[in-house]
Amino acid sequence: MLKHLDEYRDKRLAENLVRSIESTLTRPWTIMEICGGQTHSIMRYNLQELLPNEISLIHGPGCPVCVTPIELIDQAVELGRQTDVILVSFGDMLRVPGSKEDLLSVKAQGGEVKMVYAPLDALEIAEKNPEKEVVFFGVGFETTAPAVALAVKQAQIRGLENFSVLVSHVLVPPAIKALLEDKQNRIDGFLAAGHVCTIMGTAEYISLAESYQIPIVVTGFEPVDILLGIQKCIILLEQNHPGVENAYPRSVKPEGNPAAKKILKEVFTPVDRRWRGIGTIPQSGLKLTAAYQKFDASARFRLQHTTAEEPELCLAGEILTGRKKPPDCPAFGNQCKPDNPLGAPMVSSEGACAAYYRYQKTDRS
Amino acid sequence: MNPDPKQGLQCPIPKSDYKNVLLAHGGGGKLTKQLIDQMFYPCFENVFLRQGHDGSILPPIEGKLAMTTDSFVVDPIFFPGGDIGELAVNGTVNDLTCCGAEALYISLAFILEEGFPLDDLWKIVQSIALSANRAGIKIVTGDTKVVEKGKGDKIYINTTGIGRILPGLDIAPQHCREGDAVIINGTIGDHGIAIMTEREGLTFESTIKSDTLALNTMMLEVFRKKPGIHVVRDPTRGGVASALNEICLSSDTGIRLVEEKLPINDGVRGACEVMGLDPLYVANEGKVLVILPENEADEVLSIMRAFDAGSQSRIIGSVNGKHPGILHMQTTIGSTRIVDMISGEQLPRIC
Amino acid sequence: MCLAVPGKILSIDESNPELLMARVQFGEAIREICIQWVEGVEIGDYILAHVGTALSKIDEADAKFTLDALREMGTSESDL
Repeated sequence: MLKHLDEYRDKRLAENLVRSIESTLTRPWTIMEICGGQTHSIMRYNLQELLPNEISLIHGPGCPVCVTPIELIDQAVELGRQTDVILVSFGDMLRVPGSKEDLLSVKAQGGEVKMVYAPLDALEIAEKNPEKEVVFFGVGFETTAPAVALAVKQAQIRGLENFSVLVSHVLVPPAIKALLEDKQNRIDGFLAAGHVCTIMGTAEYISLAESYQIPIVVTGFEPVDILLGIQKCIILLEQNHPGVENAYPRSVKPEGNPAAKKILKEVFTPVDRRWRGIGTIPQSGLKLTAAYQKFDASARFRLQHTTAEEPELCLAGEILTGRKKPPDCPAFGNQCKPDNPLGAPMVSSEGACAAYYRYQKTDRS
Repeated sequence: MNPDPKQGLQCPIPKSDYKNVLLAHGGGGKLTKQLIDQMFYPCFENVFLRQGHDGSILPPIEGKLAMTTDSFVVDPIFFPGGDIGELAVNGTVNDLTCCGAEALYISLAFILEEGFPLDDLWKIVQSIALSANRAGIKIVTGDTKVVEKGKGDKIYINTTGIGRILPGLDIAPQHCREGDAVIINGTIGDHGIAIMTEREGLTFESTIKSDTLALNTMMLEVFRKKPGIHVVRDPTRGGVASALNEICLSSDTGIRLVEEKLPINDGVRGACEVMGLDPLYVANEGKVLVILPENEADEVLSIMRAFDAGSQSRIIGSVNGKHPGILHMQTTIGSTRIVDMISGEQLPRIC
Repeated sequence: MCLAVPGKILSIDESNPELLMARVQFGEAIREICIQWVEGVEIGDYILAHVGTALSKIDEADAKFTLDALREMGTSESDL
């Protein structure tokens, strides 16, 4: 029994929530979640099967792996190929295709590519290999960036000269703003990523909810958590009550995690960033602050800054912004499958396309 | 009598001679003979090996033969719960068992990397001897080659196993039928997680051990008493999900797992949750899936539970005609989802 | 994102005040996690771990409140 986890995978609680949702609902609503972990959970527990048809769940650009621009992956690949570099990454990034290949194939060709669970482990690798340059591929939203900031700060404290970070972090609120600015969006309400909010708190979401008059419910990740988030969102929608509610209070406080926010601010600063399949969203990425600039791999290795395009067939942009569902893509299940992905949403298991492919039995050609 | 490694015998090759494997050990000359005479023969002692031929002359076997071949390249070679030697014997025995055969003989070929410590080789050889003893299988012929440093990876082991198909037994994946029950003998994911958590960057302080085990003694009892079972499969690489998917496709039936019935120990659960892995896709080395008519399940369960290898046996699912070719699962919250084949190895994730 | 899992603190290592670490148990698997950002945690507390760092301390009172309300939801019309 895993405490604080198994209780939220309970059938009876799920049934209670579904009944409550059914009794509250009077019309169709479209809810978007922007969190790969929530997409994964929704698919893995097939929540749509339990929910009334009037509730449409669409999956936003919540997979930081999927939205990492191709050019950054190409830069990681270029670094991994260099004989004096050890490229260290989370497992998620290893199979994401760049314009030509992915990091796993670089490894297969003899490049030193290592996988870690924690960014602090990358520091250990740097300490054990002083004759090599160790580059950490920093991917993830605000949940992960503080851990990478911690590694960078520790590198500074320990005087590690051979450690640097290829920064690919992105921020959620600017993405929500960009989605809502698109007049074609059909989103009625949002589920906000509970772990991003654990770090950042709820202030940014309160101002978004006010500006765009839309409900945003801070939601956890287990199936009961997600159903609870949906239930609260439906209540706010049915009552025409825009605003923010917290459906994950066991982890999220309004102020977030002040210590994590502090280190984030010290080491990183917002920057404009291209999101794969979507385009540039202003102030939606992170870069190292001046004090830590020497740990920036892009500058240290003088990497080329190019812009690469997705294969034409890939509808990643429309999938990621919820305008289309994976089965709407003509390549889904044909030219584009998990073992032969055309774009990132099919590679990362949190990507909407891969999740659909793995967990839905319908819509497969 | 084969030596029991627990007696802690020292490596028989005098340390003053060589600490590590040399290219000459694979050359067929004096050093090869030293390895065979002083290390292999004493451990694997049997009348077939002592024949001294290039191959081995075996007595006639009545009935149909089963033959299997396998190569073992696991890294690390020593892991919690076992080593590459134990894996090689148990894996071969289990493959034969899953054909419905009584495992009889095994061949053993080593490909050693120049520089491999002889002490490590000795530990592995003892492990092989102990596992073969326990499984009641004889090592009848072998080969040793040495490759230059950098052209191998410490030690690779290749085996071929021969067994005798039990008369009256007719098991095959195609025999999976609507209405059958699906049984497994114990917890899933142990081996794969034990290996993964030994890798740099993913280490846990853990009690997770590989479940490597020979299943023949338990399964022979099942075969003898209940020859009407339909399918037997060991869920090794790719885990339970891959094995059952293959059976669904071969038999064009649908198998429905019940998530809350899946036996997973808390160490494996914790590691899988942290790394974002699904235990259904993680390798097992001491587990067997038995698919059989539902009305025989209770009896087979009591036969299996009488053995250590089967003390946690339980029904984890059933076969139906609703979604032919598709493995699906009733989740803990009552919904149904597909358990697909995955492409490639499952990787830990942060998302 | 983001995969974060609750675990129980078994022991705390304060040897480096800039990098407080704890041995944390997930099921029966134990790993070192940095607890630098969670104030006032003690042995026996549950934290939420992501990529080797603790994001928050699980608020037991809030967790109980949520679960109790969810269980009651089946018996009455009360909202959370």
